Amino acid sequence: MLEIEIDGKKAQVPDGSTVMDAAQQVGVYIPHFCYHKKLSIAANCRMCLVEVEKAPKPLPACATPVTNGMKVFTHSQLAIKAQKGVMEFLLINHPLDCPICDQGGECQLQDMSVGYGPMKSRYSEEKRVVFHKDVGPLVGMEEMSRCIHCTRCVRFGQEIAGIMELGMSNRNMHSEITTFLGRSVDSELSGNMIDLCPVGALTSKPFRFTARSWELQRRRSVSPHDSLGANLVVQVKHDTVMRVLPHENEDINECWLSDKDRFSYQALNSDERLTKPMVKQGGEWREVEWNVALDYVAHGLKDIARDHGGETIAALASPHSTLEELALLKKVVQGLGSGNIDSRPRQSDFSADGKRAGTPWLGMRIAELAQQDAVLVVGAFLRKDQPLLAQRLRLAASKRSKVSLLTLGGDDELIKLHARRTVAPSQLVNGLAAVVKAAAEAKGVAVPAEVAGVEVCETSRRIAGSLVEGEKKAVLLGNAAVQSPQAAQVQAVALELGKLTGAIVGFLGEAANSVGAYVAGSVPSAANARTMFEQPRQAYVLMGIEPEFDCANPQVALAALQQAKMVVALSAFKHAPALDYADVLLPVAPFTETAGTFINAEGRIQSFNGVVKPRGDARPGWKVLRVLGNVLNLPGFDYLTSEEVRDEVLGKGAEFAAGLDNGLNGVAVALAAPAAGLERIADVPIHFADPLVRRAAALQQTRDAGVPVARLHPDTLAAQGLAGAARVRVRQGQGSAELALQADAGVPVNGVRVAAAHAATAALGDMFGPISVERA
Amino acid sequence: MLSAESLKRFDREVAKYPAEQKQSAVMACLAIAQDEKGWLAPETVEFVANYLGMPPVAAWEVATFYSMYELKPVGKHKLTVCTNLPCALSGAYHAVEYLRQKLGIGPGETTPDGKFTVKEGECQGACGDAPVLLLNNHRMCGRMTPEQIDRLLEECK
Repeated sequence: MLEIEIDGKKAQVPDGSTVMDAAQQVGVYIPHFCYHKKLSIAANCRMCLVEVEKAPKPLPACATPVTNGMKVFTHSQLAIKAQKGVMEFLLINHPLDCPICDQGGECQLQDMSVGYGPMKSRYSEEKRVVFHKDVGPLVGMEEMSRCIHCTRCVRFGQEIAGIMELGMSNRNMHSEITTFLGRSVDSELSGNMIDLCPVGALTSKPFRFTARSWELQRRRSVSPHDSLGANLVVQVKHDTVMRVLPHENEDINECWLSDKDRFSYQALNSDERLTKPMVKQGGEWREVEWNVALDYVAHGLKDIARDHGGETIAALASPHSTLEELALLKKVVQGLGSGNIDSRPRQSDFSADGKRAGTPWLGMRIAELAQQDAVLVVGAFLRKDQPLLAQRLRLAASKRSKVSLLTLGGDDELIKLHARRTVAPSQLVNGLAAVVKAAAEAKGVAVPAEVAGVEVCETSRRIAGSLVEGEKKAVLLGNAAVQSPQAAQVQAVALELGKLTGAIVGFLGEAANSVGAYVAGSVPSAANARTMFEQPRQAYVLMGIEPEFDCANPQVALAALQQAKMVVALSAFKHAPALDYADVLLPVAPFTETAGTFINAEGRIQSFNGVVKPRGDARPGWKVLRVLGNVLNLPGFDYLTSEEVRDEVLGKGAEFAAGLDNGLNGVAVALAAPAAGLERIADVPIHFADPLVRRAAALQQTRDAGVPVARLHPDTLAAQGLAGAARVRVRQGQGSAELALQADAGVPVNGVRVAAAHAATAALGDMFGPISVERA
Repeated sequence: MLSAESLKRFDREVAKYPAEQKQSAVMACLAIAQDEKGWLAPETVEFVANYLGMPPVAAWEVATFYSMYELKPVGKHKLTVCTNLPCALSGAYHAVEYLRQKLGIGPGETTPDGKFTVKEGECQGACGDAPVLLLNNHRMCGRMTPEQIDRLLEECK
């Protein structure tokens, strides 16, 4: 520990601290621009100059290490003179356009100019002009003359996003921030650069010129997208969500947000919002009052339950629904005498149901990811599925962790990898079994009999080596592993690996409330998300689901919905295909317009309130279901608040969900035979993963939202006689899709990478099923 | 993109650094690429970046930072006249003027036949020999009186 005195305040700081760290500890504010606690030290803005006793010149606080007995003065004459001087230089080329600047009112340069700058400028010469750049639909680089060259955005790309897309070209007075050759910024974390920019150089394109920061009300919320449960500050004006910023929470999202979390709010104000209950009568859609719609639904469902039995009713909910909605939907379905409820629409293997020791979860706290010595991620499109969990692993890998991947595609996760192996979906079990066998061999223990038959490759040995050596280690199962047709087997082998190496087995989690869905009991006691469509029912209740995009096999799901007597869709959007198969559309409020609870991957219970009034006649889902329960005359639907529902499910005041356990009882491990023919590998593109992002206009213009292409290994292309083809027709069952073709050596041989959840591929079948390809 | 010989020179430079830090060779490799191509087109910079496994924009930062990398085509002979203080006091601007008379071009320009480019440069660290002129980034010529310049231009023809 070192002793330091800042402005007369004494403090003890750990070795290696900088003066800036120490100042923060004693609560002294030192002005700065380029310094950011999450980024490396650049010391190029010079704003944090302070006087240090015995130093002849002022020193930058952010880059000066504390020495024992150091005395620092942040308000001495020397320091103030230095600050004034730096401020004057920074403002020389900075335009005086605060009145029309988007950053006005929340600008560090503006604040600091008032606090530390000179009263007026002595500079009367011409100011420099920097041309604007177009780097895509999210980050605006329209007024680059405002840039003060702190390089926070550049360092963010290098260090946090893992991809350096912005750089500073030229030097001294000609320096400017650019992309290479005017390319776009495509990182899924790019929006954070807007937050980091201390001036108005990088602005949010969707938000630009729509509101002033002082007009906005700030309200807390929780992201409804990926399993992280990022904490949000939703900014509201006139009952409209104007923008979304991160709420800092070191345990969850730190100070970051993925672009999906940040820009999906555009969908809330989209024209596609469903604002009135609608009923289809005689093939015609009519807008009706709530009581009419709910009566209609109640009668319909009751009649079907009476005439055909409760088991002919099934309900499928989105795992992006709140805990309260899921719990009440289950109660309604149960009340109708049905056990057919599920909220895992993209899953295809349910053989682990009834054999789980508890609720599947991450297996650890999110913050613990960074402390792992070795991590094996299995079956994940990590960066696009959980951008900020990937970011944590990226940082961990750059420091000490050995991160390995066992994946289905060649996507660059921008992580320094220890090892990587790509296998076809049908070989995921065997690929993992090879690691188990290698680990057993490395430890010198008997190889478990079930996996003895598998062949061990060099990469598996390398992965196993890292898992055997490390102190803390984890095997994390990604979305594709959960969605694969051998999900239970993959989990069982992963548990075997965990037992052998002492690694924690965890699930990265598909959606904001995947854990919450289990906790809310939204799991079937009869037909699951697959069987409820394979054995068609008379009536379906869909909550937040768009089956052609959200289901593992849209073909089967749509066919079942078409033949059903009654389909009730609770949705925030007037979804065009639903107009065809649904009979009733009930407008339920998205996350900003309802109170609710999400339980994230680490089991953290996060409740939030609505931040704006529901649009039109839309109502919070829990209220709709509560009233539906009343109309159906079901007992126990007397909740007055969503908190009552939550407390009934979770008990009062819990911070983490109980009963989290990834164990399995009685799932036997069996190696898979290689699949004959081609198999589809379906990722869920980041900006199509849920109904909200699908309608976020700016996100839909990003490169990540491009039309899916069919990607095959060059060897597969040659074997199929497709070499040189530009477009292909891929076929699954009755459906087909014509797509552009791309050779991709990262795709496993005999794999056909065709994304799911997109209109172009909605006619296809199983996400990981057999597929055929022909020239278009 | 680049000749086998240049790539061989690349590898020689790359071998000087640890394998995971091969981007340290970026300055040398850009210089080699410029030797072969005469200037650094963005595609050339990207090629070098990809060769060294670094982001293209990072290589672009380097290429734009240093004045001896040429980002536009230059003539066969590039004459960089130092115009910093000691050279300026010893007749650097006379040298620039004389070059304008002889070649018809000023700083930053190239003769129509593509033979000569004149540039203004910064201190070469040889103020004792002022005014100093640098030929093609490599050959330093001191005391550039009109007679010396004539001799140099004759040599270049």
